[in-house]
Amino acid sequence: MRLFFTYLFLLVFASSRAGITPVSGKLQKAIDSAKPGDTLLLKKGVYREGTIRLTKSLTLLGEKGATLDGENKYEILHISGHDIVVSNIQFQYAGYSALDDYAAIKLIDANRVILENNTVLHAYFAIHISNTYNSIVRNNIISGKPKSEQLTGNGIHLWKCQNALIEKNKITGHRDGIYFEFVTESTIRDNTSEKNIRYGLHFMFSHNDKYFSNIFRNNGAGVAVMYSKKVVMHKNLFEENWGASAYGILLKEISDSEIEQNYFIKNTVGIFMEGSSRIKIGNNQFSNNGWAVRVQASCDDNEFYQNNFQGNSFDIATNGRLVLNSFTGNYWDKYEGYDLNRDGIGDVPFHPVSMYAMMVEQNPTTLILMRSFIVSLLDKAEKAMPALTPIDLNDSKPHMKPHKL
Amino acid sequence: MQVTRYVLYDILKSKVILAYTLFLFLVSFSLFQLEEDGGKAILSLLTIVLLVTPLISMVFSTIHYYNSYEFMELMLSQPLGRTRILLSEYAGAALSLLAAFLLGVGIPILFFAADSTGFALLFTGTALTLIFTSIAFLAAVCSRDKARGIGIALLIWFYFALIYDGLLMMLLFSFSDYPMEKFTLLLSALNPVDLARIFIMLQLDVKCPHGLYWCCLPGFLWQHCWHRVYSRHYANLDIHSPISGSTSL
Repeated sequence: MRLFFTYLFLLVFASSRAGITPVSGKLQKAIDSAKPGDTLLLKKGVYREGTIRLTKSLTLLGEKGATLDGENKYEILHISGHDIVVSNIQFQYAGYSALDDYAAIKLIDANRVILENNTVLHAYFAIHISNTYNSIVRNNIISGKPKSEQLTGNGIHLWKCQNALIEKNKITGHRDGIYFEFVTESTIRDNTSEKNIRYGLHFMFSHNDKYFSNIFRNNGAGVAVMYSKKVVMHKNLFEENWGASAYGILLKEISDSEIEQNYFIKNTVGIFMEGSSRIKIGNNQFSNNGWAVRVQASCDDNEFYQNNFQGNSFDIATNGRLVLNSFTGNYWDKYEGYDLNRDGIGDVPFHPVSMYAMMVEQNPTTLILMRSFIVSLLDKAEKAMPALTPIDLNDSKPHMKPHKL
Repeated sequence: MQVTRYVLYDILKSKVILAYTLFLFLVSFSLFQLEEDGGKAILSLLTIVLLVTPLISMVFSTIHYYNSYEFMELMLSQPLGRTRILLSEYAGAALSLLAAFLLGVGIPILFFAADSTGFALLFTGTALTLIFTSIAFLAAVCSRDKARGIGIALLIWFYFALIYDGLLMMLLFSFSDYPMEKFTLLLSALNPVDLARIFIMLQLDVKCPHGLYWCCLPGFLWQHCWHRVYSRHYANLDIHSPISGSTSL
């Protein structure tokens, strides 16, 4: 009890020293007259002040119902500086511009900024961060009204940042849910990105990043990771990314990365790989996808191990006979072999690429013959005498039972 | 109506239909028992429906037609229209096959997969039964010889189940440089088996009302068209009129 009172006393004392200043009139005026280190408490109400500039080290808190409105014309909050916190404020109706990337919250040249518990509605870009270090975006709810790809901005957009932490945000209705370009040593975790019109997560030239425990659901094109090195992707859920060019993950020119313990469920393509090398893909679950994995022949030294492939129309598809990747110890529900010595590993290798998969890769229109009698006949014939499918692409230790993940 | 009922009684007496019902029931029941995933069982069942239903419908209807030749002649001596007699024969055969299918496959589906996909499967099976029964009648009226009639029926089945898709595949590969999507759609709509398969695939993938509509429409056209063909064919035949019947036989 004593400890509690001490704490309370300290809290009151500390806050009175720093000065919690309630704001109910003009926010910009309050910011201009505040001293660095101050805390501003934004009272309930809708503030329409055009663009608000924040360059001091302030803490900007909102009461419940504190709303900044951009009237569909202005960028709402423009932040540059260091040690700034913006919390618990609702941003709505940020303006659209074809020349500038207008955003509800824009960070430029900042350091140690925390944006948390905010709600951003109907913005062009919601949170736009560039040339910023050590910043945290946490627990925000971002929801847009998507128009065309050109007229809609990204949910959380980072450009040339380092050490960023993006966590527990919910993003929906933007172009890309989370966009990373030239962002290094950063972490994305526990976010939910769904119903965005392009990618749930879009990664370009961003090395040494981690993302785990995120949910990417029902985005126009899934998740794209491009031109990056050393990306770690763990425990994410990629679900219902369904459409002619939608992918659970699209990997293009990725190397030295890890994709582990993820779930790929009901995507048109679980993983699409192009020009990717040295990626470890293990302990993932691929269920009910159109294609579980499409590995282009330009990929090398990738390892697929201990994954579960269940209920996919095609497990693996490739576009050439050259095989530079390894598949070992996966569970394939299409495996028809036997296990005489009962060690849980099938005695004959499994060839995951079917004749029909090769055919569809060459001529996508033949998809109309899916599950027809002639296709199953061809598959059986090809299995007996492989002529078109790559013989070396096989799993020599297929598991008889699904792995527990 | 009266004649249809006689035909139905006659068919039910022969026990072939009973065996067919039992076969379908056992196969679908065991498929649902074997596969723990209901969707997979539906897919296996789809293969059965696409291949077995047309085959049995065709073979059974052709044999039935030839076996009831004499009954038809007897009926023709009564004051009854030719179309009515043949329609009763068709109704009898189709209804009994349909009942067998709906009982044999419908009951397991009701128990294990009573969702939209399950009902879509029942719907396609029904349509396929009706369509292939009418095609079988066409094959039967084409030839007076029983062996040849059954041969034609089997050939037609083989054509729709396998050869057609093979030709389609060949076409797709030889014209792969051209945009073939719409043309392919048109071509697959000309084969009831393909149509049924695509209908179910659309059901399984996404609930797509447009797809449903476009699949149903050609299906009904098919049914309608074959009725027309065979009734016209039948009208041209010389043997069935009560007057000339005895002389030509």
